[in-house]
Amino acid sequence: MISVENLSKRYGTSTVVDDVSMQIERNSITVIVGTSGSGKSTLLRMINRLVEPSAGRVLLDGKDTRSEPAHLLRRRIGYVIQGHGLFPHRTVEENIATVPRLLGWDGARVRARVAELLEVFQLEPQRYARAFPHELSGGQQQRVGVARALAAEPAVLLMDEPFGALDPIIRAKAQEDLLAIQRRFGTTVVLVTHDMDEAFHLGDHVAVMSQGRLLQYDRPAQLLTHPADPFVSRMTGLADRAMRLLSLTTAGELAAAGESSGPRVPESASLREALSEMLWCGAQSALVVDEEGRPRGQVTMAAILAHGRPR
Amino acid sequence: MSAPQPLPLEVPAAAGRPLARLDRLGSLLTLCATAALLSTPFMLVKANRIVPGVPRSLFESLPHGGALGCLMLLALAGGIAVTVQNARLRLGAALAGVIAISVASGCAARALTPAGNQVIRVAAGPAFWVLLGCLALLCTDAVTRLRPPPARRVALLGLFLIASLLLLSTGLFDQLSVMREYQVNHERFADELRQHVLLALGSLGAAVAVGLPLGILCHRVPRLRAGILGTLNVVQTIPAIALFGILMAPLGALAVAVPFAARLGIRGIGAAPAALALFLYSLLPIVANTVLGLQRVSCQAVDAALGMGMTAAQTLGRIELPLALPVILTGIRVVLVQNIGMVTVAALIGGGGLGTFVFQGIGQTAIDLVLLGAIPIVVLAFSAAVLLDALVEVLNRGRR
Repeated sequence: MISVENLSKRYGTSTVVDDVSMQIERNSITVIVGTSGSGKSTLLRMINRLVEPSAGRVLLDGKDTRSEPAHLLRRRIGYVIQGHGLFPHRTVEENIATVPRLLGWDGARVRARVAELLEVFQLEPQRYARAFPHELSGGQQQRVGVARALAAEPAVLLMDEPFGALDPIIRAKAQEDLLAIQRRFGTTVVLVTHDMDEAFHLGDHVAVMSQGRLLQYDRPAQLLTHPADPFVSRMTGLADRAMRLLSLTTAGELAAAGESSGPRVPESASLREALSEMLWCGAQSALVVDEEGRPRGQVTMAAILAHGRPR
Repeated sequence: MSAPQPLPLEVPAAAGRPLARLDRLGSLLTLCATAALLSTPFMLVKANRIVPGVPRSLFESLPHGGALGCLMLLALAGGIAVTVQNARLRLGAALAGVIAISVASGCAARALTPAGNQVIRVAAGPAFWVLLGCLALLCTDAVTRLRPPPARRVALLGLFLIASLLLLSTGLFDQLSVMREYQVNHERFADELRQHVLLALGSLGAAVAVGLPLGILCHRVPRLRAGILGTLNVVQTIPAIALFGILMAPLGALAVAVPFAARLGIRGIGAAPAALALFLYSLLPIVANTVLGLQRVSCQAVDAALGMGMTAAQTLGRIELPLALPVILTGIRVVLVQNIGMVTVAALIGGGGLGTFVFQGIGQTAIDLVLLGAIPIVVLAFSAAVLLDALVEVLNRGRR
């Protein structure tokens, strides 16, 4: 668990981060969202001490992060930045092996870990291990960036706008990959973005920042139904807030016993997607199916509409 | 023939006009060479080493069979340079031309020197030098068109140097005036060559040892950058002779005050001020290119390196310097070529080097002695440039 306690950062007279406190849960994805200049990146960079706080402290599993040299702390925390930041003069393999080598792992262990990560990130070792970053596509470079950050099995992964440079299709794929990776390794992820859709899609918790202050830190649904500040409503958007709320629940979660002659929707689809499919087909209900296509129950239009209202 | 014919989108502009198909550079160089061959002597025969020579044309210098053979080879090279576009063929023809005029000059020197006469000097004339220049330009043009990979360029250079040395060692050129000067000075030649290379490389080494840290400092502390680069810029503008003069007084005083320094060879004149001046000139390109190279390193790579737990020193040594290396090496290339040329002037204050022959030759109006110094300097500078260019290109591969 990461405890951020009364953290501030001032440069001269301007305060970039202003007295922020938050508890980040283990094994969850926390997204810090805000406009540019809101201090979200600075807050993230204070967790691994790339920026030293002016006031306050960060506890990692109860231990003050300043109790060890900064570079040793950073080797235990994964770090991914926008545009991947891969080392252009090193191969994919060497890039991924960076932190294990800094930690002095033996060669066999490093090779095994690199091979495992290449497989997890769908990069064929024969083809990509010896490739240089410029020989990869944007999506592949981004995957190598995340693989490199996870190489030494860190408990915490910090990501600063990791998908900002990707086009929409590759970006969606990268987001799904991140969710899968997080489930697989149980990593605690803290991710910074300016994209509210990304925040709602990925975040177990979302922190909204503006002008250095933390306005609200809550589950995504709570941001919609109980915004703590008008700025939070503006960020989440008023026009389609019901749709956003629906996008937070999956069809599988709402499936009730029963048969439906309506369209088939996968249980991982959001209620928003299910509703859209039902509108498209003119149906009053949809059949929820699992990955193998077996029926899991049905969702009705009425149940979805009820779910789109704040309680 | 059912396959569709490709549309003739681009009709070669020269298709109908044979003149437009002629190679421009080749035609120009062939014209120059022909004019020189017709209007200026191929060889000069001097009664002794300092009087002006009596002109001798190609046919007056060689037995007619040899002269005709040489002329035909040259005509062939000219023809290929004008009409053929194949770069390999052009290179081969130009090289054959170089060999032809070299062998011709060596044979002519033998033929024109009366047996046993040690006073008479036979030197290459203007036509020879113009021909050599034109053929060398054709060679470099052909090599540029071939765009050989770095390793092959270095191999070509090595081959050229070895072939030249072998040709010289056959004794074919021993009657040429430059080689006569070499025979008189051959012990000193080795020493001065060594001194020349030592001065050029030593001052470069010292400049790298000081300039690299200075460049890193400039990069890290932007406030120092303007001051340091400005100072080095001013040093760069001082003419070499003036800098030697400026250094003479303090170094002379140092030698008097500290006998140990004098024993090390530090004096107001000689190699010490020369090396120091070259070192000062070398600093600016190395510091400036180090700063430029470090600035060009992607700040994301540096951020990632620090974020993953590299210390500042590890980031510098493993990420920043390797990525800046091609630019730093470009600075080193500039310095090395510049130094090889500038060491020549060091001879003026007793610093030694091949410049000794150049200035002695000027003093004695013995042009062949000047050439004995100047030709190796050109070859050294050219070789250094080819080697370091190849190194920079190799390092630039696989990284963007």
